[in-house]
Amino acid sequence: MEKKEYLADTEDSNLLYYEEFRDKETEEPEAAPSPEKDKFEIIGKYTPRIDGGKIVTGQAPFTHDIKLRGMLYGKILRSPHACAEVISVDLSKARSLAGVKAVLQLKKGRVKYAGEQVAAVAAVDEKTAEQALKLIKVEYKPLPFAVTEEKAMEEGAPQVHDMPNIQKFNEYSRGDIEKGFKEADIVIEQTYKTAVEIHHPAETHGSVAKWEGERLTVWDSTQAIFNVRDGLARFLNIPASRIKVIKQYMGGGFGSKLGVNDYTVVVAMLAKEANKPVKITLSRKENSLCVGNRPSALQTIKGGVKKDGTLTALYLKNYTSGGIKRGDRCSEPLIDIYKCPNVKVEELSVFTNTGASRPTRAPGHVQGTFALEGFLDELANEIGLDPLELRKKNYTTKNLGDTEIPYSSKGLDKCYQLGADKIGWKRRNKKPGEGNGKIRRGLGMASQIWWGVGRPGTLADVKLHRDGSVEAVCGTQDLGCGTRTYMATVTAETLGLKPKNVTVKIGSTEYPWCGSSGGSTTTPSVAPAIRNAALKAADYLKKLAAEKLEISPDDISIEKKKFFNKNNPAKSISFKELLGELRREKVFHGEYIGRPSGYAYNTFGSHFAEVEVDTETGQVKVLKVVAVHEIGRVMNKLTAESQVIGGVTQGVSTSLFEERVVDEGTGNVVNPNLRDYKIATCLDIPEIIPLFVDMVDPRINILGAKGLGEPPRIPIAGAIANAVYNAIGVHVRDIPMTPDKVLQALKRKEVG
Amino acid sequence: MEKAKKKKRKTFTRRDFLKGFGGGAISAAVVPQLLAQDIASLRTKEGKIPLFSKKQIILTVNEKKFSLVVEPRETLLHVLRERLNLTGTKMTCNQGECGGCTVLLDGNPVYSCLYLAIRADGKKITTVEGLATDGKLHPVQQAFIEKDAYQCGYCTPGFVVSSVALLNKNKNPTLEEIKKGLSGNLCRCGNYSKIYEAASVASKSMRRS
Repeated sequence: MEKKEYLADTEDSNLLYYEEFRDKETEEPEAAPSPEKDKFEIIGKYTPRIDGGKIVTGQAPFTHDIKLRGMLYGKILRSPHACAEVISVDLSKARSLAGVKAVLQLKKGRVKYAGEQVAAVAAVDEKTAEQALKLIKVEYKPLPFAVTEEKAMEEGAPQVHDMPNIQKFNEYSRGDIEKGFKEADIVIEQTYKTAVEIHHPAETHGSVAKWEGERLTVWDSTQAIFNVRDGLARFLNIPASRIKVIKQYMGGGFGSKLGVNDYTVVVAMLAKEANKPVKITLSRKENSLCVGNRPSALQTIKGGVKKDGTLTALYLKNYTSGGIKRGDRCSEPLIDIYKCPNVKVEELSVFTNTGASRPTRAPGHVQGTFALEGFLDELANEIGLDPLELRKKNYTTKNLGDTEIPYSSKGLDKCYQLGADKIGWKRRNKKPGEGNGKIRRGLGMASQIWWGVGRPGTLADVKLHRDGSVEAVCGTQDLGCGTRTYMATVTAETLGLKPKNVTVKIGSTEYPWCGSSGGSTTTPSVAPAIRNAALKAADYLKKLAAEKLEISPDDISIEKKKFFNKNNPAKSISFKELLGELRREKVFHGEYIGRPSGYAYNTFGSHFAEVEVDTETGQVKVLKVVAVHEIGRVMNKLTAESQVIGGVTQGVSTSLFEERVVDEGTGNVVNPNLRDYKIATCLDIPEIIPLFVDMVDPRINILGAKGLGEPPRIPIAGAIANAVYNAIGVHVRDIPMTPDKVLQALKRKEVG
Repeated sequence: MEKAKKKKRKTFTRRDFLKGFGGGAISAAVVPQLLAQDIASLRTKEGKIPLFSKKQIILTVNEKKFSLVVEPRETLLHVLRERLNLTGTKMTCNQGECGGCTVLLDGNPVYSCLYLAIRADGKKITTVEGLATDGKLHPVQQAFIEKDAYQCGYCTPGFVVSSVALLNKNKNPTLEEIKKGLSGNLCRCGNYSKIYEAASVASKSMRRS
């Protein structure tokens, strides 16, 4: 079993995202939906989660909590070498240990990073499995390796794959870049660096597999049950029809749980061999090594601007490293968001002997936005312009820098206004670093663009029972964004019920198809599909009620669990009574069919940050963040605010603390835990004010809603870096902005 | 030992604690003493330290008594999750870095992944499953729902228990005190500001009742 094929679908960490969203022609809806007219009672208000009680009492079933009768525990032996030839693997001793039920060799040939799987065991308990791993004898022939980008880029560096370590993977150009530089009054060039970041979801990766004859059931901590099912079918060479994948609750994913994982294939193989259910729960250390990361990026931007703030040229060269896989496409924001006629992009991937990258909440956009937005502030300073004015000056209403098709809706201008007012933008230092004293304060902002559209073909059902109960069903997954809750609110809104009256069923491949929960796609896929099903149910019930009340269906109104005559509200029939009239349960199928072509569908936002920098210690403290987003119709204000707060918090963490460190000597990750890999705590985060622009996309779907998963993660690092710049007058172009880097930057300023 | 721990919680934040640990001061002073205690309790009549001898312990978990035979190496977390099927207490790092496995031990919050089950012998343990009384949620649990103080929900049990521990000791904490009190728990989804808002709401409703 070669590792290579397992990761085939993660070849380019954001390729899947990219292909999915970029101006793809979709099926033309029969009649363009006009959602902006709808006024809602529950949708868009503050609704607590319908499953909150389960979560706060510890009853919500996570994959870690699954325990089946006779279940074995699997463990994986991983390579300690960053690069080595596996000469031989002796499993005999492990196999003969009492309590060991299955042993597998997973690797022949070359291991390419420390942490790559070599063998696996399943035993009656975890301790026995661990003991068995120690009895596996692997003979390695260690080979030279390159674990840092610098080393991998050197002449004659050890090659990670059978090709040079540096590979160009993306190019773009429009206009004439040289002409753009000539037209500019000012041209500058700067380099921005971002570190490799680990997802570290609270629940480590894990799966449970159980065979019943030819049928396989897998419980997986995943963002994509259908992808896991289809991936397992492919790798195990069995029909997808015989596989069921279940995910009820998942402790975070952030992109690292998209698609089938190699250990999930392994757990299914172990279960087959042992003829018993097997569970694998990866350790925190394994989570640091082999289930994905956000690629590093080293981006050089050269750009030109006229004195009035008109951008004339933007050139980006990006070296990005996703370990043994390709890095991230970081150029999208630079290509798209601002008006600039001359743009050139070259992106190169640097292979290193470290774990493979995977999409990480807004892949590429996080790194790209940090560089672009920092660069814009440096340009603004060169021409003495307010950085916000520079952005307004180059505002667009069409995509690809105002050169292609119009955005279906774009509320970025309103984000600027709301954010600037709320933070008090006028308070900022007019000249960066103009304050005095040891502690300096500054304000900064940054803009954001992302996709956040739905997946055409998403299915959902609304089921009516004769006893008056209602189900909303979809094979989607709730990552913690409140999917269950908005499925309930949309159904309830449409049928005149309360959210708690709706039983929501999600998280099984036996339910109607839904794509992976990644790319901010879940809400704009699932909400319109469920609305579509619920509207069909409402129509059917209206007809039924009209018959009973002997009036036309057009005269029926639904409210508060009643169907009544609009013209004579005294005449009504209750929801429960009406459902009792059904001869059998009735299912209504809904689908999200797509959106009209000819428009670009994007989400927008801007973050405004206030920071305090201690110029003696180099410590940065983020005091306040105003995060404004335009995502079309907000489905639930309460959960949407949480999403934004979470994105900002993660961004603060990335900006100040997070970095995976690999030892050049041994090739091993030296901070594979949560003590040395720092994550922000309660004490590190600022006051966060989430705001939403009140608008509805007129055509994206029948609810006018876009996604929100990624957007709040994107602009925060740029806003913080720009606030630090505003405070101390020198730009820290390297995140995490640890005190040493801040002090170095201050020194650079002194030297001038 | 418990006293020392209490004091530490009041005066040290997680980061301070880690800083100290890195410097070696705490590790040198506290750990050997700790080990000596545990080893003494393990010695047989002949003075030998048995490596694999199992021990019978009695735990009172959520007001129910359990008599269990455990190996000395088993953690309280392992016993709760694997033996008593109380999976509300989560294993997030299994090495005392995140607070996901926090339970109350005689009213004090402990990381159950670092606490050996044999040391909990005879003690009273409250897990997230034991906070609701007579089918009524604890005010902290109510406040978490009301304020949406969670996202994926995986760290939530730890935060709920830590919040209860904090509010039992400090009825009217300031925002700063709440932040410090909860700084031993990590939330990767990043919902901290809603979490401490919930703790603050809970403190108000606990004072009222």
